[in-house]
Amino acid sequence: MSLLSVRDLTVSIGATQPVGEVSFDIARGETFALVGESGCGKSMTALALMRLLPNAARIAGGAIRFGGDDLLVRSEAEMRTVRGGKIGMIFQEPATSLNPVLTVGAQIEEALRLHAGGDALAKVVELLAAVGIPDPERRAGEYPFQMSGGMKQRVMIAMALAGEPELLIADEPTTALDVTIQAQVLDLLHELKTQRGMALLLITHDLGVVARMADRVGVMRDGRLVEVAARADFFRAPAHPYSRALFDALPENLDPPEQKSAPAGRQALLEVRDLRVHFPIRRGLLQRAVAQVKAVDGIELALAAGRTLALVGESGCGKTTAGKAILGLLDKTEGEVALDGAPLTGLVPDRMQMVFQDPFGSLDPRMRVGEIVAEGNRSVDIAGLLEHVGLDAGMAERYPHEFSGGQRQRIAIARALAVNPALLICDEPTSALDVSVQAQVLRLLADLQARLDLAYLFITHNIAVVDYLAHEVAVMYLGRIVERGTTGEVLRSPRHPYTQALLAAVPKLHGEPGEKLLVPGDPPSPANPPSGCHFHPRCPHTTTRCREAYPGAAAISDSHFVACHFPS
Amino acid sequence: MKPVLLWSDALFFLLIAAALAGALWASRIPQLRQSWRKVGESRTGMAAAVLLLAFLGVAVLDSLHYRERLPGEGENYAVEVRSALDALLTGLRTRTERTYSAPLATHSFAKESLDGEVGRDFPRLVYGGAHLGGDPAGQGTDLLARTVQGLGTGLLAWFALWLALAPLRRRVPGLAWHAAFLTLLGLCLSAGVVAMLAQGYHVLGTDKVGQDVLYLTLKSIRTGLLIGTLTTLIMLPAAVALGLLAGYAGGWVDDVIQYLYTTLNSIPGVLLIAAAVLMMQVAIDTHPEWFATAAERADARLLALCAILGITSWTGLCRLLRGETLKLRELEYVQAARSLGVAHARILARHILPNVMHIVMIAIVMDFSGLVLAEAVLSYVGIGVDPNTISFGTMINTARMELAREPMVWWSLAAAFIFMFALVLAANLFADVVRDAFDPRAAR
Repeated sequence: MSLLSVRDLTVSIGATQPVGEVSFDIARGETFALVGESGCGKSMTALALMRLLPNAARIAGGAIRFGGDDLLVRSEAEMRTVRGGKIGMIFQEPATSLNPVLTVGAQIEEALRLHAGGDALAKVVELLAAVGIPDPERRAGEYPFQMSGGMKQRVMIAMALAGEPELLIADEPTTALDVTIQAQVLDLLHELKTQRGMALLLITHDLGVVARMADRVGVMRDGRLVEVAARADFFRAPAHPYSRALFDALPENLDPPEQKSAPAGRQALLEVRDLRVHFPIRRGLLQRAVAQVKAVDGIELALAAGRTLALVGESGCGKTTAGKAILGLLDKTEGEVALDGAPLTGLVPDRMQMVFQDPFGSLDPRMRVGEIVAEGNRSVDIAGLLEHVGLDAGMAERYPHEFSGGQRQRIAIARALAVNPALLICDEPTSALDVSVQAQVLRLLADLQARLDLAYLFITHNIAVVDYLAHEVAVMYLGRIVERGTTGEVLRSPRHPYTQALLAAVPKLHGEPGEKLLVPGDPPSPANPPSGCHFHPRCPHTTTRCREAYPGAAAISDSHFVACHFPS
Repeated sequence: MKPVLLWSDALFFLLIAAALAGALWASRIPQLRQSWRKVGESRTGMAAAVLLLAFLGVAVLDSLHYRERLPGEGENYAVEVRSALDALLTGLRTRTERTYSAPLATHSFAKESLDGEVGRDFPRLVYGGAHLGGDPAGQGTDLLARTVQGLGTGLLAWFALWLALAPLRRRVPGLAWHAAFLTLLGLCLSAGVVAMLAQGYHVLGTDKVGQDVLYLTLKSIRTGLLIGTLTTLIMLPAAVALGLLAGYAGGWVDDVIQYLYTTLNSIPGVLLIAAAVLMMQVAIDTHPEWFATAAERADARLLALCAILGITSWTGLCRLLRGETLKLRELEYVQAARSLGVAHARILARHILPNVMHIVMIAIVMDFSGLVLAEAVLSYVGIGVDPNTISFGTMINTARMELAREPMVWWSLAAAFIFMFALVLAANLFADVVRDAFDPRAAR
């Protein structure tokens, strides 16, 4: 008999139905993944299971049976023993899921008191150890701000486990985390599930995560469950057209753009030499600088016209800072940025432009699209430009809030193109978009590059996007470039242990779950980088030399450089 | 008759003109129009707006000042500056009794020795119920008749307004017109009754020198509204400019502005106001030649009070705007504008200012009621408006002594309280609705 059985679950908000007639079962010890794009109702389904829907929403019909128990007829007081006790839940954003003024130990203890009892402190330590937090006795007395994002998510998992739930609902548990940390957390969830025989309802938009974790998969679209299948079947032959469209939209499945074979070895358009951006840490009465955060610590880049250089790294590695410093939005501490051989001192609006990450934050909500697009160049042909990026000329009179994320990103691209730049710095332009929209924007970027001979400095953490769009790749770790080369060289034969770990951590669609190459620990703080090679505390091949000296760049080929003592 | 434009009148009309121009401008911007529409769709909002408009109407009438031409040859004008409201309420203004009388009374409140009689009795009022003649026995029926008559007139007036406003209602459908007309009905009925009764009686009694309390309360409305609005006008430019500058420029500019408002905030407000008002008073007293009439002198003091209140009250809004600007400055559309080479002044004007306007809007309406109350408190402690200026504060100040009498004279305070309460409550309710409509965070 299945542990959870959902039949024709319907949630309504006023006249709309965010969830309509959803039915699925989860057996004990099974992982069921609910996949879909944003707004498809997957989170709403999870909240309905817990009866934690927002005030405006209500369950309009259907049945939820948990272990033979009808959850919909339970009183609110009875539901409280189910929540946390029978069903645990972890949320997307670990930073806001923990109370910042209580120690993590106290917060886990609270969950324990409600659902278990017994020797609380010993249990807390035991739980923290179970979720893989080193030195759990000390960590139990720490506050959330003293922990990294990955740690906080582990604490959240520990809290959810406190009531020894039979079902754990994980709502996008790793979306806010870096890829190496994501791999750690996913492994942890898998391990805990196997150890405790828990069922896991995993809600995600990432098919890679599904491939890695799920036993069975449900695909949601517009509130309906369009396909339910076992993992192997789903990945071999997705049945529903929408599922197939999801697969087709993945960057690794897109047809490679034509200009992918753009000529190499052209005159460099952009040259960056020894770029450093340091932020002072000020302390004391007179606000004197006591130390420096070396956000960008000496990077070298070169990029020719019509080509794409991807700057890859995890959050906090300094890639966005580097992009802004190259553009001139941030003052550089040292180094030189040269465009067409001429060193730059400030902004050059007509040559370099930027496309930002958040399509909702990058357009002024009080301006019309036409005004936004013409902001840098008032004499531009707005209608032509909008059509250029795949929008209607008539949209110029409308306001940004009327557009979807993908359309907004097109508007942002049009705004940047209005001044006819030679170089676009794209700061994670697709990371806030759904996968199908991401595919459209990526195609647009590739198309524009072919037509306008644009150069892109593409800042991202998404390896699949890099593979699709970039000619060259530079991998950043803690403010420095650890490996740089053509896309083929870096992605197919990575030489730096960090690059290898990064690539291995990306959940793959058709990967074997067997091979694990995990980097332990969290990225260190750029305010206090480790001695010697920055990567040595997490590196599997560390030697004394790594601890003492930062390695110079070793050339593997004419275009491939690695900053490692042992570029094997 | 010679029209007189006092400084406060000029500023008040300027403010109204600015508000009208702002409304016209807002009606062309879809987002603003939508937000205001939300205000209009709220029943509370419409009811409060009607009440506020009624108060505003009284204040506007009271701001049309003139000096009457004296009879006789030559261009000689009376020294008293009167307003259109005074002219309308001539009856109320001139029918003064000798001293206190209770609301709707026919006899004085205190016993006096009467001429030609032995002993003391309550003297007959000169105007209150004078039409009843010597025998006030028919007062009950008379009051009832006048009330009914007043209700009828009120109903008629309301119906006329309803017809007159019908085109407007048809042009802008969907607003909470029901609530507006219901409030208007209540207003018309009570105004009708009061108007009918006031022709024969002192509806709210008379004060120590026999002035009609209803007249005093109506005159107080302008003072309250002026303090509430002119202060905002004075503080707004400083608060907005400094707040945006501090948040956007950062660095030493931010430090200087922060020190400025922190310092200003740490001086006790009442002390600062008291010192400034006293200085102002000395200046006024030593230069009598500056002012042609007593009204101008009182007006100067009122303006000075507004200025001082403005100087002490801009810090809160400035701090809010600085914080919001700090946040907006880091937003990507501002960064995008910078990378497009847009000048700082233009970024401030096009990207930052429109996106903090909702805060300004909310602050204005929320500060208004606080300022009306502040005037009452300051006048009560004697550092508010000129003693000649009729205001809620001065009424409450005199009520202090009246409450200590036995039997107590309660109607001055009660009248001031009811009117001020209605004004401040309407302003607060309106502010709430405006905040809900304009605050993007409250929308969700």
